[in-house]
Amino acid sequence: MQTKKIINDGNRAVDEMLEGILAAHPRHLASVDGSPRSIIARDGPRPGKVGLVIGGGSGHEPTFLGFVGKGLADAAAIGNVFASPPPDPILECAKAVSGGTGVLFMYGNYAGDVMNFDMAAEMAGMDDIDVRTVLTTDDVASAPRDQRHKRRGVAGNFFIFKAAGAACDRMLSLDEVERIARKANDHTFTMGVALSPCSLPQTRRPNFEIGADEMEIGMGIHGEPGIARGKLGTADEITDEMLDKIFAEMAPKRGDKVAVLVNSLGSTPLMELYIMNRRVKQRLDAIGVSIHATWVGNYCTSLEMAGASVTLFHLDEELQAVLDHPCDCAMFRAG
Amino acid sequence: MTIGASDLKRMFDAIAVAIEADRDRLCQLDGVIGDADHGIAMALGFNAVRDALASLDLAATEPTALLNTAAKSFLNAVGASCGPLYATAFMRAAVAVKGKATLADAEFIALLQAMAQGIKDRGKAEIGEKTMVDAWQPAAEAAGASNAGGKSLADSLQAALAAAERGAESTKDMIAAKGRSSRLGERSLGHMDPGAASAVTVIGAMTRSLA
Repeated sequence: MQTKKIINDGNRAVDEMLEGILAAHPRHLASVDGSPRSIIARDGPRPGKVGLVIGGGSGHEPTFLGFVGKGLADAAAIGNVFASPPPDPILECAKAVSGGTGVLFMYGNYAGDVMNFDMAAEMAGMDDIDVRTVLTTDDVASAPRDQRHKRRGVAGNFFIFKAAGAACDRMLSLDEVERIARKANDHTFTMGVALSPCSLPQTRRPNFEIGADEMEIGMGIHGEPGIARGKLGTADEITDEMLDKIFAEMAPKRGDKVAVLVNSLGSTPLMELYIMNRRVKQRLDAIGVSIHATWVGNYCTSLEMAGASVTLFHLDEELQAVLDHPCDCAMFRAG
Repeated sequence: MTIGASDLKRMFDAIAVAIEADRDRLCQLDGVIGDADHGIAMALGFNAVRDALASLDLAATEPTALLNTAAKSFLNAVGASCGPLYATAFMRAAVAVKGKATLADAEFIALLQAMAQGIKDRGKAEIGEKTMVDAWQPAAEAAGASNAGGKSLADSLQAALAAAERGAESTKDMIAAKGRSSRLGERSLGHMDPGAASAVTVIGAMTRSLA
């Protein structure tokens, strides 16, 4: 049986979504002339500033293009659903936001994205644009700790992009922006759980099967299977399982500070996210870690998948400053 | 036989038809260990190639230009992982036959081998890592050996197809080491790699179209 979706034509879903987004956010976003899948910030890119280009597949909204705006990313290259954009729109983004001091590419660590962004970086190099790349690898469930470079980038992108975007907006050098981006990635830890599948607009078929009383622990944001399947627990049990794994990596000490993101994978409602967030607060209180800021809602989704992720951003003075730096994006504002 | 631009166009048309017919099976294979979009991406890519080649003046087009058009249209329609992989395959094929108006048997085999090498280089994958390389590399090797042994192009392509089928089958016993399914570890065992499966479909359509 086909899933229900409010669409016109599965093959046109991404382009029609982009039309709607540009119609909704004309003050923040524009597409590059002749390259409709390259979305740039109306305010932000400027001479002397390092340009920040993010991007990836569609279906994760508001990731990626919701985080394009002054103080955050300068541009996003948009791919098909769950598929990396090809090199051309990425290259057009780089050209559009280059201020003469280099461009940073940031995206989740997936084989397809790496190949397409690397090809775009080579092409930008031929145009004398100095491109560096920082991959996000915040998903603790996706590889063991000693293989962090193999991990996926998921909802923690939000903090990592935010930190890098602020560094760019403060007119720091490409070296400094890259250093802060890598540091932010190293300080970001995400763990997710999925309860029901999503379906691509082109197929409208659930992309995996899962029992009525089951959950997939560590599922990726494209419905890739996770590390294990278990009985669906209570909100506290699920949150504890996520936090146990995150704490084991982050090694928080009494007096430390974190920022929290409790993210819906698509259809899990705010009610359930806030129930989870209540548990996050209890657990952090119990170990003497203070919460600097909390975001709860849809930040990195997987179409209509049910499930949620918890991300902790382990702060120090420098990371707190870039997190607090103001930004004004189509779907996110801070400061 | 000698192969010209119109033969190559017919070959790409045949691949587009075969992949379109195989779209749902490829998505299902991908759904088990990946994100269920492989059939969509492949169909999108080869349909874009078919459309781009349809606008070429074949009488005035050399194989290299045709293959470069295929590479560009595939890449820009798809992105994803198979975009760069197949685009690189076609670009390497274009380089392999540069300056030739038509291709003799051995030159087409060289084209096939350049495709396989391009996929391997772009994806940085080796045999045994549960990727399309597990179908493409044995196919290219089998075609080369058959051609070197004096067999016809049709026979050499049949040998390539048989090797690709065996290679794709062998991915069921592999633990993925590259791509999205690599995070699955042992849970990827028992399932055919969708990229290897679609490689068999591509090589099969090439074989039938040029036989």
